Amino acid sequence: MRVGLFITCFNDALFPGTGEAVVTLLERLGHEVAFDPAQTCCGQLHWTTGYHREAAGLARRFAEVCTGLLSENDLVVTPSASCAAMVRQAYPQLVPDLAGASDTPDAADPDAWHENVYELSEFLVDVLGVTDVGAYFPHRVTYHPTCHSLRALGLGDRPLRLLRAVKGLDLVELPGADECCGFGGTFAMKNADVSVAIVADKIRHIRATTADVVCAVDNSCLTHIGGALSRLRSGVRVMHLAEILAETR
Amino acid sequence: MNARGPLGEWLAALRTADESPPTVPKFAVAARDALGDTQLRRNLRTATATMSRLRVTAAGELDDWAELRAAGQAIKDHTLLNLDTYLEELERSVTEAGGMVHWARDADDACAIVTGLVAATGQAEVVKVKSMVGQEIGLNDALEAAGIRPYETELAELIVQLGADRSTHSLLPAIHRSRAEIRELFLRELPDPPADLGDEPAQLAAAARGYLRDVFRTAKVAISGANFAVADTGTLVVLEAEGNGRMSVTLPETLITVIGIEKVVPTWSDLEVFLQLLPRSSVGERMTPYVSTWTGVAPGDGPRAFHLVLLDNGRTNALADEVGRAALRCIRCSACLDVCPVYERTGGAAYGPVHPGPIGAILTPQLRGPESPHDASLPYASTLCGACADVCPVRIDIPRILVHLRGKVIESRRRRPVPTPEMAMMRSVAWTLGDGGRYEAALRQTTRWARLVARGGRIQRLPGLFGKWTDARDLPAPPKESFRVRWQHRAGLPVRRGALGAPGGPRMGRLRRSSG
Repeated sequence: MRVGLFITCFNDALFPGTGEAVVTLLERLGHEVAFDPAQTCCGQLHWTTGYHREAAGLARRFAEVCTGLLSENDLVVTPSASCAAMVRQAYPQLVPDLAGASDTPDAADPDAWHENVYELSEFLVDVLGVTDVGAYFPHRVTYHPTCHSLRALGLGDRPLRLLRAVKGLDLVELPGADECCGFGGTFAMKNADVSVAIVADKIRHIRATTADVVCAVDNSCLTHIGGALSRLRSGVRVMHLAEILAETR
Repeated sequence: MNARGPLGEWLAALRTADESPPTVPKFAVAARDALGDTQLRRNLRTATATMSRLRVTAAGELDDWAELRAAGQAIKDHTLLNLDTYLEELERSVTEAGGMVHWARDADDACAIVTGLVAATGQAEVVKVKSMVGQEIGLNDALEAAGIRPYETELAELIVQLGADRSTHSLLPAIHRSRAEIRELFLRELPDPPADLGDEPAQLAAAARGYLRDVFRTAKVAISGANFAVADTGTLVVLEAEGNGRMSVTLPETLITVIGIEKVVPTWSDLEVFLQLLPRSSVGERMTPYVSTWTGVAPGDGPRAFHLVLLDNGRTNALADEVGRAALRCIRCSACLDVCPVYERTGGAAYGPVHPGPIGAILTPQLRGPESPHDASLPYASTLCGACADVCPVRIDIPRILVHLRGKVIESRRRRPVPTPEMAMMRSVAWTLGDGGRYEAALRQTTRWARLVARGGRIQRLPGLFGKWTDARDLPAPPKESFRVRWQHRAGLPVRRGALGAPGGPRMGRLRRSSG
């Protein structure tokens, strides 16, 4: 399959290793990956902060890049649930002329271009039908389902099924997993005190698992959780799902 | 000083800002006290977790819960889009049943009508049934200013009133108080408290009951809200757990009910849906112990005079907003409060005097307009985690409305003569991201700068707005090379400055890497 990569600006700048892991993983599974460096940002930061004019400009720009990628590839994959949700669910509200407006996700047009943007674990489990990607990762891992993966995209246990199939991986259930980590984009700065109060409880639950690695499908949330773990010198590290799935013996 | 032109406008704006300091601080500031209140945090954590658990169980009992939610949404949407028709029908049926209908444009209007009606009875005391709309319009303050003493009859509201306190939760207003605190409050404030009053819930309830019985015996006027108003029969409906509401709407001679205009439902059969949705969503029960309904007045039974005050207070503004109007579906169950990670840690006070929690964050700015710094901060008091939308019995997409209202806040700020620092930053970020070449140049510069301030791979202190992040969290230092640069290396291409994604530059994406 020919896969266009939507890296997201956040990963491009801060977590290039996640992007490389996606490429390594997909190539290992026998697929071709294409990347268009014209892509910058999908506009999520501006959209959720209320700068909708600016967000619309960025969305139009990204739509052009993304439809270009789709014209030469079967679909587009991104290692970010929140950016995938932005394109699939917010674009119909933000730029309805480019992404057909529909009030309910149930009524979404499956043929619309933005419906062909997949989050990584969706692509692996739903499109490719694989859960065992041949990974080996001998560590104690707990999984935090990010809000956009859980409630916006409804990924359910797809990431967990992928993790359970990793050889050597000791998967520990995270108490209170469904609760937000308190990131929320600019919320983490506008309401920093509340944000920290929320992540403090997330950290408490993570420490209770005695896991060495916290895994998720959004590096933005992992930056928040990891930033708090790092400040506390907890010794627990955060890893994107792609990075674990890319590891082999 | 009479400066004209842009300078004059700018100075005028500064003066205006000086003259009208915010009365309620913005959410982030208002939340600080609550975050440091150990008792509040513990009580909220326990109460919200318990309520959420009960709600999940109660909703799970019904096979058709999803259909009930959809029906609740459909009935409310239909009613809201035909509100004029149903309100006039309600007015007719209430009047035919012997009641009197009053229309109130805003809070002041409603308070004036209610105090006027009480004054006309010659009474100086009223009993009150717990009502969110009463809180919204500041009714108790208005009554007291008119020399009328309001007695709250719901136990938790009574505790809040005796302590001159603020409600923390829509359904459990005194959840921030411990049993020991309530005992002390009763000993101090009740006219004749039992000398041996303990802090067991049953003892506290008995003390309150003893006090309230005397109040009920003498009360001639009652003020209530209502959960629903049935248009075709003119029937008002109140759900409650204690029975004090029923005593209030049956014992006094005059009953005054104040409701928001969105409380109307077309027919009795519509109640079938809401009488299942509301108790299960609010208290996790199949039914509340008391469901009181009344229609106008009946000779020899109940109040001799019934007044219904229909309150707008910004609701028609919300109704005019195609996205925001969904907030008017709310049936005040408070399920969204109990699952909200923000509310669980701040309680209700930080949301201001109107409505707490996620629903308050979308209702208050719509009812009052996002002009004050506090109301403008409310749509931002959320991580957009979406837990509220998942539990809402009338399927209000709260995160969507929050983002929509954030857009309105920013649009109103665009009209200011001097842009806020945030707006200047967001505009410049958008400008940078709007072009591949600019983006890459900024990426290189920011990475170099960030790596300079990092120590041991961590950034521990950043200036300005970003300092809010590093106050309590590290930021990982960005790797030397971005993904796009690494991709170029992998593709075996020479790295040229500004070549990636620049307008008219080579479209690297068209170069395909094949596996193997």
